[in-house]
Amino acid sequence: MTQRRIPPPPIIEPATVALLAGLLVLVGASFYSLQMKWDELFSADALRSSLEFLSGFAPPELAGPFLRRIAEGMLETLSMSAVGTGIAFALGIALALPASGRFGATARSVIRLALNILRSIPELVWAVVLLIAAGLGPFAGTLALAVHTTGVLGRLFADALENLPTAPEDTLRINGAKPMAAFCYAALPQISPQLMSYTLYRWENNIRAAAILGVVGAGGLGQMLKYHLSLFQMQQAASVIIAMLAMIAMVDGISFRLRRRLVGN
Amino acid sequence: MSMFDNAAAAHHPDPAWRGRITATLVALILLWPMLVASEFKPWILMDEQSLGATGDFLSGFLPPAHSREFLLLLLDAAWQTIAIATAGLTLALLAAIPLTLLATESLSVSRLESGRMRLVSAVVRQSARWLLVLLRSVPELVWALLLVRIVGLGPTAGVLAIALTYSGMLGKVYAEILESSEAHATQSLLKNGCGRLAALFYGTLPAAASELVSYTTFRWECAIRGSVVMGFVGAGGIGQRMDESMKMLAGDEVSTMLIVFVLLVACADRVSTFLRKRLG
Amino acid sequence: MSFVLRGVSVRHASAERGDSCHALNDVGLAVEQGEQIALIGPSGAGKTTLLHTLACAHPQAFGEFSVFGVSPWKLSHAERHALRARLFLAPQTPPLPPRQRVVTAVLAGCLPQWSLWQAIASLIRPGNPDAAYDALARFDLQDKLYARVDCLSGGERQRCGMARLLVSKADAFLVDEPLSALDPTLARQTLITLQQEATSRNATLICSLHQVELALSHFPRIVGLRDGRIVFDVPRAKVTEAMIEELYRNAKHGEQIDPVVPPARSCIGASC
Repeated sequence: MTQRRIPPPPIIEPATVALLAGLLVLVGASFYSLQMKWDELFSADALRSSLEFLSGFAPPELAGPFLRRIAEGMLETLSMSAVGTGIAFALGIALALPASGRFGATARSVIRLALNILRSIPELVWAVVLLIAAGLGPFAGTLALAVHTTGVLGRLFADALENLPTAPEDTLRINGAKPMAAFCYAALPQISPQLMSYTLYRWENNIRAAAILGVVGAGGLGQMLKYHLSLFQMQQAASVIIAMLAMIAMVDGISFRLRRRLVGN
Repeated sequence: MSMFDNAAAAHHPDPAWRGRITATLVALILLWPMLVASEFKPWILMDEQSLGATGDFLSGFLPPAHSREFLLLLLDAAWQTIAIATAGLTLALLAAIPLTLLATESLSVSRLESGRMRLVSAVVRQSARWLLVLLRSVPELVWALLLVRIVGLGPTAGVLAIALTYSGMLGKVYAEILESSEAHATQSLLKNGCGRLAALFYGTLPAAASELVSYTTFRWECAIRGSVVMGFVGAGGIGQRMDESMKMLAGDEVSTMLIVFVLLVACADRVSTFLRKRLG
Repeated sequence: MSFVLRGVSVRHASAERGDSCHALNDVGLAVEQGEQIALIGPSGAGKTTLLHTLACAHPQAFGEFSVFGVSPWKLSHAERHALRARLFLAPQTPPLPPRQRVVTAVLAGCLPQWSLWQAIASLIRPGNPDAAYDALARFDLQDKLYARVDCLSGGERQRCGMARLLVSKADAFLVDEPLSALDPTLARQTLITLQQEATSRNATLICSLHQVELALSHFPRIVGLRDGRIVFDVPRAKVTEAMIEELYRNAKHGEQIDPVVPPARSCIGASC
């Protein structure tokens, strides 16, 4: 009688096992080295003081003059995000041209490296550095957003340009149009909905960034929040946080609608 | 000749012209107050004081600080940043998973039966969703600011801030991934009496796993950048060190830290791509 | 003389160095200003490559080539680009960005004459819409002046590409299969319009066609291409059916015999 032998189970690759083990080690080492005091965190004392702290937030401050200051802060934050994103849009297109290889391979590598550095450094770090040149206030925040977002958009725009079919532009150039004119008439119309869509999406990110850049002194609602928290004026701080959330929701809504119109068109 | 052209052009006026003029005017009308409100004065950058300060600061950049103790300090801070991000993300995962399960509609048994969910389940699901929205709408830096006041300066605040914000983000995206994946397998299992969790593991997860892992590793990378940012409000890591160096205008230290930071982000990017390929 | 080619060989666009298989092999052609020539031949014969070479799109590997009496590849980059303004190449697939409006797409034919500022201004507000209108009207497309390119059918897009040709100021038209998406009546009308424009400007017209009977009935000179070589280059009266058959015979595996070849060859009524 022949014996039925169950086929051997598939081998789990040792490499994958090692990888998963490595991840667990990473997680364990992280918790261990941070020495978070769990017992302290969740002790009755800590919970009670947290609740006390949080209860200080309600009700949020709603006095007239204060609300006006909040409105001004909202306008400042909104302006920072809009102007910064707008500048990044223009610079992004300008840098996307060399970064997509239209001016040679060396230019492409150099500009792409620069764009990577610009976008690796977070907006807040840029703001801290730019405070030196631009002084305290929203201007530093606008510049920080512009610089960081240029890195992001420049890279996205360059990739979009590289993925374009080249026939319309090549034909215009063969027929004697100048390269820049050919770009404007053939490449730009093809990618402009994508460019706008990316930019609007970054604006959603930038309104959040603009809201908090003030924490290091770059104006807007963030600066108000830091100020009130440092004076332990919790109710005012609560109003500021609510204003931030409202701003973020508003910009998200506008961006979503505009992007939907772009795609639908 | 030009008059003739104009007359002929008048027969075919551009229908889009009026709209474009209006849009441009609206943009200009909006632009001016925004430039004023954001104190947009680019000429400030060119004035003597600013140029002097920038020049002094930048001249300190080279050579970057490279004394042994400083580099060891940086290494320690870099590890702390990674640790904060990893620990925070792990906690976020632990919180996000139950929230996702609550918020996903495709695991609703009552919906299977009648096509509509029971009121209680619907309420629970909506609340879970609202909680996720709240958690991720508040910028993580704001959480960090508050937590620093509750738990004090140091990495704990950073870990908790990341945990709170990212649980919201992870929860939302996990729910989207699970809902957009093929429901047929899960539904069949549920119809045959399978428990919800088991249906998840056997039905939805196999297909959705790679997307879930991909998004999680992407978020880990973001968490590293986020934890550096939170260092500026006292949550430890490279960010806190950079804040201290900036306050002293120590250009050489800042330049080293910027280099280390860019390298750190690049490494995290590589590791995350590698993980996505291997586990996806 | 418009074009003179002597012993010209052109590599394939994707060929590597030392690749001996050429898209065009030892081609010789002499074209007077104002002549109208039809290029016929099976798919892959090199018609597109020949037109691109004539348009100074890329240099030949071997041989001599002169346009309007000058050797374009011996000129400086700027001079060659100025020369390109006198040549108009209309590719087979209309090179129109889908989201652009027809008026802008057509007016792009004026770009070689416009400065950069004029070009950008015309993007915002079309500089010469009536010129575009007149050009489109000659192809019966004037209603589409402000429509978007992606709202046009394939045939309409092809005629739009031809309208761009009308608006340009070129002295030589190099047209690659302009009639492939048009029904026979439209195809004939379009061809007549093209030829009228060429005649009125005394411009050279070199047109590659798959519809052999249209080529024979409209063009005074027929050039047959096959496997990168010129098989015949004769006045229309001298073209015989045997020559056409020989030209299209033994199409390679997988390539279809064109259904618009004269009736003696095709099976009318049979479904291909």
